[in-house]
Amino acid sequence: MSETPVLEARSLVKRYGRVVALDHADFELRRNEILAVIGDNGAGKSTLIKALAGAVKPDAGEILLDGQPVQFRSPMDARDAGIETVFQNLALSPALSIADNMFLGRERKRKDILGRYLGLLDRKTMRDEARQRLSELGLMTIQNIGQLVETLSGGQRQGVAIARAAAFGSKLVIMDEPTAALGVKESRKVLELMLDVKRRGLPIVLISHNMPHVFEVADRIHIHRLGRRIAVINPKDYSMSDAVAIMTGAMRPPEAMAA
Amino acid sequence: MTTTNEAQPRGPAEFERRLAESDAAVAAFDEEQPSLLQRFRHFLHAHPTVVPFLVLVLGIALFASLVGGRFFHPFNMSLILQQVTIIGVLGIAQTLIILTAGIDLSVGAIMILSSVVMGRLAVYVGLPVEIAFLIGLVVGLACGMLNGLLVTRLKLPPFIVTLGTWSIFGALNLWYSASATIRQQEIAATAPFLQWTGTALQFGAARLTYGSILMIVLAALVWYLLNRTAFGRHVYATGDDPEAARLAGIDTGRTLLAVYAIAGALCAVAGWVLIGRVGAVSPLSGQTANLDSITAVVIGGTSLFGGRGSIVGTLVGALIVGVFRNGLALSGVDVLWQEFAVGVLIIVAVAIDQWLRKVAQ
Repeated sequence: MSETPVLEARSLVKRYGRVVALDHADFELRRNEILAVIGDNGAGKSTLIKALAGAVKPDAGEILLDGQPVQFRSPMDARDAGIETVFQNLALSPALSIADNMFLGRERKRKDILGRYLGLLDRKTMRDEARQRLSELGLMTIQNIGQLVETLSGGQRQGVAIARAAAFGSKLVIMDEPTAALGVKESRKVLELMLDVKRRGLPIVLISHNMPHVFEVADRIHIHRLGRRIAVINPKDYSMSDAVAIMTGAMRPPEAMAA
Repeated sequence: MTTTNEAQPRGPAEFERRLAESDAAVAAFDEEQPSLLQRFRHFLHAHPTVVPFLVLVLGIALFASLVGGRFFHPFNMSLILQQVTIIGVLGIAQTLIILTAGIDLSVGAIMILSSVVMGRLAVYVGLPVEIAFLIGLVVGLACGMLNGLLVTRLKLPPFIVTLGTWSIFGALNLWYSASATIRQQEIAATAPFLQWTGTALQFGAARLTYGSILMIVLAALVWYLLNRTAFGRHVYATGDDPEAARLAGIDTGRTLLAVYAIAGALCAVAGWVLIGRVGAVSPLSGQTANLDSITAVVIGGTSLFGGRGSIVGTLVGALIVGVFRNGLALSGVDVLWQEFAVGVLIIVAVAIDQWLRKVAQ
C-alpha cells in the first residue's frame, strides 16, 4: 500500500495489573473502507478500540492519524482530531430533542453580541443543520427535529447517533456493536446507513459479533486474538466459519497475514 | 491449508431476502387511533407544566367559590405572592439541583447562614451594607461549592452530602449568631438596604414587594440559562443520563459543580429576601424552608429522577402551595388540614409524574 492509512497503530501494549489486554497489537484502517474488528470475548478488542478512541491510554506503542503520531488523553482529544465514536449505549440524552442531541457538547452560539456575551444558542441553525444531516442519510421519516429522543424507536435512535458521528467525524467513525440491540428490519437499515456513510468518503471501524453483518459490509476483517492482531482477511476469500476458526484458535491464521 | 470459498455472496443474507416482500414501513407505529386518554397523556408528557397550571387554576376556582370575594381581594392575592416569595427563590435553586437528579437538603441552612452573615457584618461589625451583602452572597456561593465538591470529587450521594452540610451550616449559624436575633429597629437604623426586599410598590390594596419582583427576575434569568444556553442543555443531559452526557463530550463534573455553586448563591439571595419579609435577622427563622422548597419543585412537575422539569413549573408549584394554605386558612380550616392538603398534593404530583413517564416506554 503506497497510500498512508487513515489510522494506524503500531505495537500497542496495555496492561491491567498482570493481565495483558494488548500485547503489541497492530491496527490499520485504509481510506474508503469498512474495517470490521472481530475477536472472542476477552481478546482485547474493546481495549484496542478504546485506545483508538482516546478512552484508554496505551502503555507503549504509537498511534498514527494520517501518518502523524498522535496522543489522545481523552475521548475529547480523539473527537477533536476527527475520530467520532458511536458507542453501544449511543450516548444520547432521551429527555432532549433530536436537534439538541446532535449538537450535545458542541452547541452553536449565535454570532452576534447576545451569543458572545450571554451565550445565546443559535437554535435555528442547529435545527436546520440537524434536519439536513438526517435527510442526507434518508432518515427524515422522523417528522419533527424537536421531537424528544425517548419517543424514537431503537433503530431511529441508532440513526440519530450515526448521523451525529457522520456529521462531525472528519477522519473516521468507530461503531461499537451498532446492530446488537436491533431487530432484523432495523439492522438492515443501519447496515445501509453504514454503506452510505462509507460512500460519502468516511471510513468506518465496525466492532461486531454478528458474522453475517460483518461479512456483508466489511471490506477487510481484522481478527483479534490474545491481545494482538492475528490476521487480516478479505471476506471474499474466507467463509464465516474460517473467520470464527481463526478467531478462536481452531485454525492457524494465513501466513502472509500473520502479524 | 486455508479453505478458499467461492466468492462470498454479498448483500442481504438468505433469511433477509424476504424482507423485500414485507411491509415497507420501517418501524411502523401503531396506527390505531389512540384513545382520548392516551392522547391527553402524550400531550401532558410533552408539556409537563400544564398539570400544575391546571391544578393552580382549579385551586383558585375552588377557593373563590368557597371563600368568595375575600379570597380574590387584591390584598389577599398579593399576600399569597409575598408568602411564596422565599420558597419561590429557594425553589429556583432546588430546581437546578433536582434537574441533575440530585437533592439539596441544605438550602434553608445556607439561606439563614447567609442572612445572619449579612446582618451581623452590617449591624455589629459596621461594614458598609453593600460589602456585608456581597460577603453574604459569597458565603452562600462557598456553601454551594462545598456541596458541589463533595458530590463531584468524593462522589458522595447528594442526599448524604447535603444532609451533612445541613447540620454543619446550621451549627455554624448558631455559633456565629450566638443564637441571638438582630432586631428590626437595629437593622432599620444602620442597614435599611437589607430590608429593601420587604418594601413594596402599592397598587391600591395590593402590595408588590421588591422581593417578589426579584424572585420573578431570578426565575427569568435561570430560565434563560437553562433553555437558551449550552450550559442549560448540559444540566438537563447530566441529570438525564450522566454516562451518555460524558460520552457526548460534556464535562459533567464541572456542570454539577456550577449547579451547586449557583444554587448556593441563589440561597444567599433568598436570605436577603427573608430579611425583608421578617424585618429582623433570626437564626431560627425559615425552619421548614428545606422541605417546602422540595415540595414546590415536585408539585411543579420536576422529576426527582432528573432531566425533566422547569423553573416555571416550580413557581407555579410554590403558588399552588400558597393558594391552598391561604384558601384553607380563609375557609377557617385548622392549620393541620393545610399540612394534610400539601401532603396529598405532593403524592398526587409524583404519581402523575410516574404515570407520564410510562408514555416514553
